[in-house]
Amino acid sequence: MTSKSSANSSSVAIEVQGLIKTFGTGDASVKALDGVSVSIYENEFFTLLGPSGCGKTTLLRMIAGFEHPTSGHVLLGGDHIGHLPPFMRPVNTVFQNYALFPHMTVGENIGFGLEMLGKDKSEIARKVDQTLAMVRMEEYVNRKTSQLSGGQQQRVALARALAPEPRVLLLDEPLSALDLKLRKEMQIELKRMQHETGITFVFVTHDQEEALTMSDRVAVMKDGLIRQIGAPREIYDHPTERFVAHFIGETNFLEGELHDINGSTGMIKLASGSNVPASLPDEAAAGTVTVVVRPEHALLSTSPDNASLTGEVKTIVYFGTDTHYHLELESGDSFVVRMQNQRDSGTDYQEGSKVGITFKDNAVQVLKD
Amino acid sequence: MSAETTLAHAHGAPLTGAEAEAATVKREVRNRWFLLSPAMLIICGIGIMPLAIIIGYSFMEQGNYAGVKWEFTLESWMNLITERDIFDDTLGWNHAHISIMLRSIGLALMTMVTTLIMGFPTAYFITTRPEGQRNFWLFLIALPFFSNLLVRTFSMMLMLRDDGYINNVLLFLGVIDEPMILIYTNTAVAIGLVFTYLPLMVMPLYASMEKLNFNLVEAGYDLYASRFQVLKRVILPSVKPGIIAGCILVFIPAIGAYVTAKILGGGKNLMIGNLIANQFGTSRDWPLGSAISLFMMIVVMIALIVYVRNSLAEQD
Repeated sequence: MTSKSSANSSSVAIEVQGLIKTFGTGDASVKALDGVSVSIYENEFFTLLGPSGCGKTTLLRMIAGFEHPTSGHVLLGGDHIGHLPPFMRPVNTVFQNYALFPHMTVGENIGFGLEMLGKDKSEIARKVDQTLAMVRMEEYVNRKTSQLSGGQQQRVALARALAPEPRVLLLDEPLSALDLKLRKEMQIELKRMQHETGITFVFVTHDQEEALTMSDRVAVMKDGLIRQIGAPREIYDHPTERFVAHFIGETNFLEGELHDINGSTGMIKLASGSNVPASLPDEAAAGTVTVVVRPEHALLSTSPDNASLTGEVKTIVYFGTDTHYHLELESGDSFVVRMQNQRDSGTDYQEGSKVGITFKDNAVQVLKD
Repeated sequence: MSAETTLAHAHGAPLTGAEAEAATVKREVRNRWFLLSPAMLIICGIGIMPLAIIIGYSFMEQGNYAGVKWEFTLESWMNLITERDIFDDTLGWNHAHISIMLRSIGLALMTMVTTLIMGFPTAYFITTRPEGQRNFWLFLIALPFFSNLLVRTFSMMLMLRDDGYINNVLLFLGVIDEPMILIYTNTAVAIGLVFTYLPLMVMPLYASMEKLNFNLVEAGYDLYASRFQVLKRVILPSVKPGIIAGCILVFIPAIGAYVTAKILGGGKNLMIGNLIANQFGTSRDWPLGSAISLFMMIVVMIALIVYVRNSLAEQD
């Protein structure tokens, strides 16, 4: 699957080939990764997104070196590193709970990696100052880490991992402990730091919004497998699997008959009898398929005659910026339409009124499963 | 409604605010002393009183057969490390006492260091077991405490004596040609002390290691620290309270050990505990026994204060 980033950056930072990880033995064994292959490019903000237990953290820990693959390879810049201990990999991690050394000051924490690499004192001091400036924590250099707030600890953890200038920075749900406002701030900060340093970021999260706003590319994982990789837009607009469509954003699922396949597009005959154009995944075959339509890619109309679908408005939920209309289709399925509110838009639709639904261009996406 | 007004109503007659407040304070103070009294009784009865008696005895003259004469003297304190020559009455060093004290301190220090070296990996092993198994391993560590110290020490004797298990096994394996003399030596006492006090080291070490966030260890590895550097720079500073507690818990009883030295040391490798026991037994010198006890207590306390202060200063 091609995306914008892969076209731009030629060299691969991290490559993972057929990675399998099994924990435990015999009947009690659990397959955390079930054959994962992925290339992560230089200077890319790459996100592993999935529900808990999908294997995203295991994959990250294997790149870091905390876990070793049951089978498969991990390559960094073309070299095999799967067998190396963490301290021999030019890769640093920002831990979920920060894991700052409690007996050291902020400055000592940040300088630790450089010290272990055997850098001389003046260089360490210079680099610590520089990194602290980048996370805007200059005045805290001599503080104990226990005297810092959660957001400040987060910045120190980030600075500590960035100070040794790793080839790849791994971030294990680093924002999950912060409150919403701080999290939004840190999302922008992280993106800025990735730009400034040019270091490849591999970011693990279960928060789809976080993944969409920050990433160059997102890999959606489930049950130890990557289900779809692509730019946030691609993942959101063209999910290829039911799980991906369901996990990211709100979606309407419809049944239809696929016909007239022409490359990556085709026609779908819906239950209502009307035909609509649709985008297809690879290897789509004619026949009964499931299609998805995002709520904001559909429109309501008061004239049901020339609409693709018709239904009855059941509930109207007002959200300020937009309004959600929960409909019941003639087929009995439910369908949600989201329309942006205008200053002068009146209440065209009431609960109980019969309406038509039309789709915007390219709104219908066919799923593989 | 405030406490003052409630009180006024209860008494029927109106009290002024200040009077009511004074009454409340008085009653609270009385209640506090009443509630504290069981604890105070225990502290006085089994803590301060015996100590006061020992301090008193140490400044009295030796009784004719045992006990003390009610005469003030500093003789016992002089006799700690010095003695008067029986012929010309000159003051000289009491070499017997000094060597016993040095041996006690040396053996206690050695026990402390050895149990630390053995206990650290043991505690680490237990900490890294799955949660359900840890209690089982701790139980095994604590198991010797379920038997009597005398029995355990006599069993050590079976191991250490000339035709004991250690010598027999080594002879059988051909490591040695003739039995080593282990029993009734300082080595035997040291082995006995380590065996006895190892659990007291493992327990506090385990307690502090269990609280260690293993993410810190991973963070250390991640930041290019080797295994040794992680141990030195991350693990040791984090479990320092446990190390201090373990060292104190081992050193204090070890320096006053009695049974171990008595049985495994024969009569000839005495420790302070045996010396004190002798004063209350065959030597019938209670004031000297009291003075040695207090002297030991002072030494241990000074050592502790210095040790803990240094350790804490290092940490900051």
